[in-house]
Amino acid sequence: MFRFGYAGAFPRDGCVVANPVARFPMPIATPFHPRTSARCVSLFYKDWAGYYAVRSYDTTHDREYFAFRHACGLIDVTPLYKYDVRGEDAARFLARVMVRDIRKLKVNQVYYVCWCDDHGRIIDDGTVSRLTDNDYRVTSSEPAWHWLQRTSRGYRVSIEDVSDAIAALSLQGPTARDVLNNVTEDAVAKLGFFKLTRAKIARADVIVSRTGYTGDLGYEIWMANDDALRVYDALYAKGHPFGLQPAGLDAMDVTRVEAGFILNGVDYYSALRCMIPSRQSTPFELGLGWMVSTEHGCIGSEALAREREYGSIRKLVGLDVDWNETEALFRSHRLPPEVHPGAWRDPRPVYDARGAFIGQATSGAWSPLLKKNLALATLVREHTAPGTEVRFEVTVEYERRTVKATVTETPFFNPERKRK
Amino acid sequence: MARYDAIIVGAGHNGLVAAAYLAKAGRRVLVLEQRPVIGGAAVTEEVFPGFQFSVCSYVVSLFRPHIIRELELTKHGMQLIPLECSFTPHLEGPGLVRWSDPNRTRREVSRFSRKDAEIYPEFALAMSKMSFFVKHIIDSPPPEIGSLHPNEITKLMGLFGRLRDLGPDMMELHAQLLTMSGVDFLRMWFEADALLAPMSCSGIIGTFLGVHSPGTAYVLLHHYMGEIDGAFRSWGFSKGGTGGVSQAIANAAVHHGAAIRTDARVASVVIRNNRAKGVVLENGEEIDARVVISNADPRRTFLTMVGENHFDADFVTQVKRYKYRGSSGKVNLALDRFPDFTCRPGDGVHVRGDIAVAPSLEYLERAYDDAKYGEFSKRPYLNVVVPSLVDPSVAPPGKHVMSIFVQYAPYHLKGGAETWPKRREEFGDTVVDTLAEYAPGLKESILHRQVLTPWDLEHEMGLTEGNIFQGELSLEQLLFLRPVQGWSRYRTPVRNLWLCGSGTHPGGGIMGAPGELCAKSLMNEGAV
Ligand SMILES: Cc1cc2nc3c(=O)[nH]c(=O)nc-3n(C[C@H](O)[C@H](O)[C@H](O)COP(=O)(O)OP(=O)(O)OC[C@H]3O[C@@H](n4cnc5c(N)ncnc54)[C@H](O)[C@@H]3O)c2cc1C
Repeated sequence: MFRFGYAGAFPRDGCVVANPVARFPMPIATPFHPRTSARCVSLFYKDWAGYYAVRSYDTTHDREYFAFRHACGLIDVTPLYKYDVRGEDAARFLARVMVRDIRKLKVNQVYYVCWCDDHGRIIDDGTVSRLTDNDYRVTSSEPAWHWLQRTSRGYRVSIEDVSDAIAALSLQGPTARDVLNNVTEDAVAKLGFFKLTRAKIARADVIVSRTGYTGDLGYEIWMANDDALRVYDALYAKGHPFGLQPAGLDAMDVTRVEAGFILNGVDYYSALRCMIPSRQSTPFELGLGWMVSTEHGCIGSEALAREREYGSIRKLVGLDVDWNETEALFRSHRLPPEVHPGAWRDPRPVYDARGAFIGQATSGAWSPLLKKNLALATLVREHTAPGTEVRFEVTVEYERRTVKATVTETPFFNPERKRK
Repeated sequence: MARYDAIIVGAGHNGLVAAAYLAKAGRRVLVLEQRPVIGGAAVTEEVFPGFQFSVCSYVVSLFRPHIIRELELTKHGMQLIPLECSFTPHLEGPGLVRWSDPNRTRREVSRFSRKDAEIYPEFALAMSKMSFFVKHIIDSPPPEIGSLHPNEITKLMGLFGRLRDLGPDMMELHAQLLTMSGVDFLRMWFEADALLAPMSCSGIIGTFLGVHSPGTAYVLLHHYMGEIDGAFRSWGFSKGGTGGVSQAIANAAVHHGAAIRTDARVASVVIRNNRAKGVVLENGEEIDARVVISNADPRRTFLTMVGENHFDADFVTQVKRYKYRGSSGKVNLALDRFPDFTCRPGDGVHVRGDIAVAPSLEYLERAYDDAKYGEFSKRPYLNVVVPSLVDPSVAPPGKHVMSIFVQYAPYHLKGGAETWPKRREEFGDTVVDTLAEYAPGLKESILHRQVLTPWDLEHEMGLTEGNIFQGELSLEQLLFLRPVQGWSRYRTPVRNLWLCGSGTHPGGGIMGAPGELCAKSLMNEGAV
């Protein structure tokens, strides 16, 4: 029998089991592992927050990528950190932590949020959902229990880490709604963008939120660990006619670049993890200025208000890397142009026309849909107006060269169906 | 003309590092070691046939990486194998393992405190920043406080500049680090006893202090520097035991032309007109040299090999005041098989790092209580490693060597230090009994046992009062105060007599820094 999460890894009764390695395994499996591992013929995994996470089910991720964009992809997102914040001060408390005024969040609504330290430097980004009046759920990409705990003094709230108690699936793509309506008796037919609803899938209680990390029509489904396999099986069976395809992190990574979504630890670093201050970022620099409210007095609001007034030194932008120049560069070596087959996250320098360093591209991907070579880059402000031409580093035959790239607004891809 | 440019008294790893640097620079060097083997406290000996014991020191972390590069030590045989984790067994429950994988550590620690689990990376970051600063201090001779020489002032200003660069938070942290106890310092982040206990132990190693004694926070950093980023990977076993490090350095020294003689005890330093001229061996042989460099501790060097009458009374007072008061012992076991730890059986990865018997702060404080009143701890802090699990070359196939570092074993026992030999086996039994509470099969698996009390460390290894670091690593004996204020730059009041052992800045541990800095200072000043 499989058991999962803390309960499985650390029997509370302190009983002695024969195999200590099985008892303290690392990474650990998510509750979907029996199904996902059966289909992962590539054996291509990575460690995501201490869990086994499929990178791609096949040896290449193309099919999964196209499922996200033309049918739907089903991805196990259990490793996300999840916290339940409850109590009469929950809204006030979360408004204090988050740069967005959570007091305005309605029941069954979700906010995309980020939070900062006292100096207005970003710590992490995630979501806050309001489940009932005084009952909120926070998701994050790094452990956040301690930060919430630390900042909750004086508020009547309880903070519970439910990361290992709740399993989560993300169903993304144009047919996602049809699949879900099929398994839930039309529960999501009218579910608006960034709204959530309770539903039943295979007799299990789930929460469905219209959220995701692909920038497409899509939903995330939250359930108790014990219900995980039942829900998965139902989705898989009913999804087949709609082209449902189990998908891994590599395909999702391409879609998130197309959607212009940033990633903690890749496009920016948590303020709590930086050796030097210049590595830290602010919400404004990352293009999250739209969510910052400096009126409600969140942690870091003074610094944020100052930055809003005086402007930021850097800004995250999209880059469209010029294909003609890339092709010409490779042609000069008698080569056809080569691009990275998936999304990349090893940072690359960006220069201005005179060759001076102006910032770094932190992730990027060839977009099979847009037929463009895309990147997300943080550049000094002077070079961030849309249409500005910069130089992007390309390695050709082991030699580092540059090609033209044009500053573009993100998202690169933003289909109407995402919100409709 | 003297036969040698430099005679180095003692083939401890620092003496060997000094020898290698001097020889590499073309100087004629002779190293004289009293014991039949080289290495001093970094030594491997086949105490029982087939079993290679790291008799004293057992893990390597602080060794300066640039020395490895400059002396090409990997070419000369130095091989380090990283420690994977740090295991604290408990009598109840599964104990605690801190892994090099941060997620895994987080899961482990969260069983005791979710807060501690999540703040662990923040603590590691703060310590990395501190170590980054302190590394600079370790890698250069200490500044001379009070000197008006422009060079010294520039150096001091540079240091303050670096400190300022750390920012006000880090400056405050530094002040706390210098003044607080290890436990209080750690409490600024952590709350769980199960975590505080093993972590605070680094602050007491080699000192006659308890985990709650002020000043132990700094010693903690001294040990933490080998584990940047919270990863234990930078602590390692030396292949073939810690003597492997000494052997590699010796190979480098010999490669560059140095001569090394064992079984050659130096009885005295020859001094004429307040200048060192050479040494006299115990067998009466006299060898002359332009400089004499002592790898022995300050007391042995100044009071035994030179003699009080060659120094000012003030200086002698200070040398006598310098604290040794060893507090640790060592038990080395040859095992027929690996015994299971009840809380996590098997010889898996969890026992391939270090194993610390430090279940709670109270346990550690009680261990110290015994020592305060002149007894060895009834239930001591133990730091155990089983190098044969990762380096099979040190034991016959399937058999193991277990190295147990023990604290507290005060040199000054109630009945006098000289009563130690009579109590040696009782001490050994205490250690084995303590560990057997966690690993009940231990006693049955022991083939041979070697017990080293502080008395033995003094008489066998030449460590005065059994102090493992040639003098306590307490704050008042560090930096420009080590070993004596005004004489922290490896020079001594006797011209051409130099010190290069752990009794000088930056202190003890297998790090090679005193040897390197001594050799470089000496050549900078044109002494040879
Ligand atoms: C039990 C124990 C455990 C330790 N554990 C660790 C550990 O795990 N990790 C770590 O980094 N450090 C550890 N240390 C500390 C570390 O081993 C020492 O700080 C370091 O090895 C000292 O090196 P040294 O060259 O300065 O001096 P020493 O090793 O003390 O060398 C001095 C040498 O001089 C010789 N000598 C003395 N007098 C004379 C004389 N009159 N004539 C000729 N020769 C003479 C001695 O025999 C000796 O070989 C431990 C020490 C001990 C004792």
